[in-house]
Amino acid sequence: MGRIEKIHNLLSGKDISCRELTTEYLDAVKRDNSELLSFITITEEEALLQADKVDSRITRGEDISLIEGVPMSLKDNISTRGILTTCASKMLRDYVPVYDATVWSRLKSQGAVLLGKTNMDEFAMGSTGENSCFGASSNPYDTDMVTGGSSSGSANAVAANLSAYSLGTDTGGSVRQPASFCGLVGLKPTFGAVSRYGLIAFASSLDQIGPMAMSVEDVAIVFDAVKGADPLDSTCNRELCESTTAHMGDDIKGRKIGIIRQFAESDSISPQVHSAVQDAVKVFEKAGAQVVILDMPEISQAVPVYYVIACAEASSNLARYDGIRYGYRTQGDFQSIHELISKSRSEAFGSEVKRRILMGTDVLSSDKCNFYYNKARLLRQQISRAFESAFDLCDVIITPTAPTTAFIKNRTQNDATQMFMEDMCTVGVNLASLPAVSVPCGFSQGLPIGMQIIGKRYDESLILNMAYKFQNSTDFIRPADWGVKL
Amino acid sequence: MKYKNYELTVGLETHIELSTKTKMFCSCEVGFAGEPNSRCCPVCLGLPGSLPVINRQAVEYAVMAGLALSCKINNSSYMDRKNYSYPDLPKAYQISQFDVPLCYDGFMTLSTGKVIRITRIHIEEDAGKLVHNKGETLVDYNRCGVPLIEIVTEPDFSSSEEVREYVEKLQHLMRYIGVSDCRMQEGSMRCDVNVSVKTAGCETLGVRTEIKNMNSVANMIRAIEYEYTRQSKVIEQGGMVTQETMRFDEAKGVTIPMRSKEDARDYRFFREPDLLCVHLDDKEIEDIKEKIPMLPSDKIKVYTEELGLSITDAQHLVKYRRISEYFDEVVRLSPCAIKASKFIIGQMFSLFSTEAEKEAFSVKVSPSQLAELVALFCEGKINSNLAKVTLDKMLLSGKGAMEFLSEEDMRGFTEEELYILCQKAIEQNPNVVSDYKGGKDKAIMALVGFVMRESKGKANADKAKETLKKLMTD
Repeated sequence: MGRIEKIHNLLSGKDISCRELTTEYLDAVKRDNSELLSFITITEEEALLQADKVDSRITRGEDISLIEGVPMSLKDNISTRGILTTCASKMLRDYVPVYDATVWSRLKSQGAVLLGKTNMDEFAMGSTGENSCFGASSNPYDTDMVTGGSSSGSANAVAANLSAYSLGTDTGGSVRQPASFCGLVGLKPTFGAVSRYGLIAFASSLDQIGPMAMSVEDVAIVFDAVKGADPLDSTCNRELCESTTAHMGDDIKGRKIGIIRQFAESDSISPQVHSAVQDAVKVFEKAGAQVVILDMPEISQAVPVYYVIACAEASSNLARYDGIRYGYRTQGDFQSIHELISKSRSEAFGSEVKRRILMGTDVLSSDKCNFYYNKARLLRQQISRAFESAFDLCDVIITPTAPTTAFIKNRTQNDATQMFMEDMCTVGVNLASLPAVSVPCGFSQGLPIGMQIIGKRYDESLILNMAYKFQNSTDFIRPADWGVKL
Repeated sequence: MKYKNYELTVGLETHIELSTKTKMFCSCEVGFAGEPNSRCCPVCLGLPGSLPVINRQAVEYAVMAGLALSCKINNSSYMDRKNYSYPDLPKAYQISQFDVPLCYDGFMTLSTGKVIRITRIHIEEDAGKLVHNKGETLVDYNRCGVPLIEIVTEPDFSSSEEVREYVEKLQHLMRYIGVSDCRMQEGSMRCDVNVSVKTAGCETLGVRTEIKNMNSVANMIRAIEYEYTRQSKVIEQGGMVTQETMRFDEAKGVTIPMRSKEDARDYRFFREPDLLCVHLDDKEIEDIKEKIPMLPSDKIKVYTEELGLSITDAQHLVKYRRISEYFDEVVRLSPCAIKASKFIIGQMFSLFSTEAEKEAFSVKVSPSQLAELVALFCEGKINSNLAKVTLDKMLLSGKGAMEFLSEEDMRGFTEEELYILCQKAIEQNPNVVSDYKGGKDKAIMALVGFVMRESKGKANADKAKETLKKLMTD
């Protein structure tokens, strides 16, 4: 049983009031946040107000929804009306949205209790959580280690049970990789399955909001609660009525699992990760699944293609932060509007964000776009087609989520390319708009290892069912010793 | 112009604001003037996380404009981002169409028969407005996100008069099909003019300059002529024209460089990832075609060839869509098209003085009421003078003709009565008769006047003249 169902039973069975539960969570957050740096903003007042509403509904004998009253958190790039939404950037340190993101209004209308906004890499750019103007979140399994990123605070808040679940965002692995490092389940839905309205864009054609939780069931419940067509997001136009949890537990006998040769033979992936994923595949084989080896040479291009496209889009998306209407404005003197803009931007953006804006501006420039951006678009199509052909041969593809387990802080700070390689297994999924889930599949020196299950477009229910099978046949989900004990 | 050896070449890029109810990518109202920043939302303000959703009505209007200019329509066209930073553009990019526009390959025929080719028409969003005020600059985003079409011609104009005709015709056509009010002074129609000159007979075009944001036809003509002279002079003196973007200083009547080719902006176009491709199947395009009224040029043909109107009257009637539709309705109900057109162009038209009033054409008399009056006249029940007086009363009151006409008025005037009156006129005006007989033809009009007075306007003047002539020659 997942946390959500457990809490739902406690609340509806009146074993605990929502206010008591919320207070317990808030106390834990306040106690542990200084060490873990999970939260940028704690929304105590709003949380208690919502908790009281839930309590009065329970008292009146009304039925509450599964997620009603369940304390959760949102990554700080998801817009919340009246509540700071900073993207962990000095640029938006004081930015308070005037509207709610669609995912948040959907959760809110179902009674979710928001504990706060979680830490992240600035503008979701990074794979460690260290690019935050509020400081790096710590891995609950070893606080000297990074959490992964960019959904760093969401990952460690869930692992440390400072939130029953959290919504992260994934542009190239930002839900899955920290889920892998912090030992939880994280879903990157199909591009277009969840509305991006209100998600502060990093790379629009790649960004997706995804649930992070301590069980596959929780992830499925939250996905069902937020997914489906939104008139405010043109790219999210499919009604997704069928419940993802409905098929959970279906037999996986005869299912074909694809293994990508280029990853299976890669030296960039640590031996411990290789062996954990191989063992995981054996678990599926035991349950009657078959293994197919896939040859996908295109996948080796995924990282450079991803960085060209993601940075190009980011350079455009982040150009609006000019210090004029909202956000940081330079305290210094300026003689012209251009000086005002360039000073504000130079002072407020962190170095990783600047690096990507510069790179993105460069690859789009008229003299270079044919060598970089346009070429990357073509290669992106080839990668998508390679996945399509692969899915003619198999139902799901299994890879490691990240090449290693969580590493020590400050390791990659000065080596951008090394950090980009962190995303080698995840970025292809975003380029091809596919869904993928990361599930814990082992430990190495006390740190969690994650396995990635990739599915066909809109086939979330199958990958979640596979993940569910695996979760129930193993015991790799072990809450770290923090936060609320349920 | 002085430089006879040089030929002028002009190409136009015309921006037209579409008169949709809401903006291009959000549900904010489209309007002119009003409290600054009163028609804005997270989307058109480009707030973080907001996303555009395309306005189908804008697409439809753009397709109508394209079809009216004989363009081909792309079944799939794409939205792109045009990146540049300016405070009136809150996203720091304009959503536009770059390589695959909605409409392409159209044309407009000028009165001389010359064809101006339309390269493309694409859809995009307008920017906000900067208001400079006592050392500070404020931004009004009401206009931000208003749907625009950009109509690009080939460099096919070779005189400023051709440019004038094209712009006026375009303005008329867009208003007529109802996609824009095209008010240049309010900025809902703006032109960028590309001007170059070349030695007469030379095949290749000269280096061009682009004059941005022209907001009146008169200034466009001035700017083109100024540039023509300036560039000709440069070449004449052995110099080279620099490719640059300019603006026209209306007060001084000169063009002023804004930025040269080297400083040209790199817009870093790329596909807008927040929007899907703009798809229109053939059926949808057909459906849009149905919504376009008969175009003015076709209507003029019908009016002159089928209804027998003069070309001037026909042009007059199609100048404003409402008037032409009003006329069509009157003609549908009454067979006498020519008389109906005279009433509309003469008496009714003179009620209005401004363009806006003419465009609105709000009259108290319904087409069926006018048709009734026209019928009474055509059947000879009332004469033209009485019809005119009656129409005046109708226009004031909104009541039908019968309210003002008695049995007596409509009894008409018999041949016999006319004959008797004419005899009376001759008897009582011997001097006039002798003048007439003495060769003063015009003297007969005094007798006609007598008959008209005596009949209280009911007699037919032409018939009276004829009868009088006959009586006096007998």
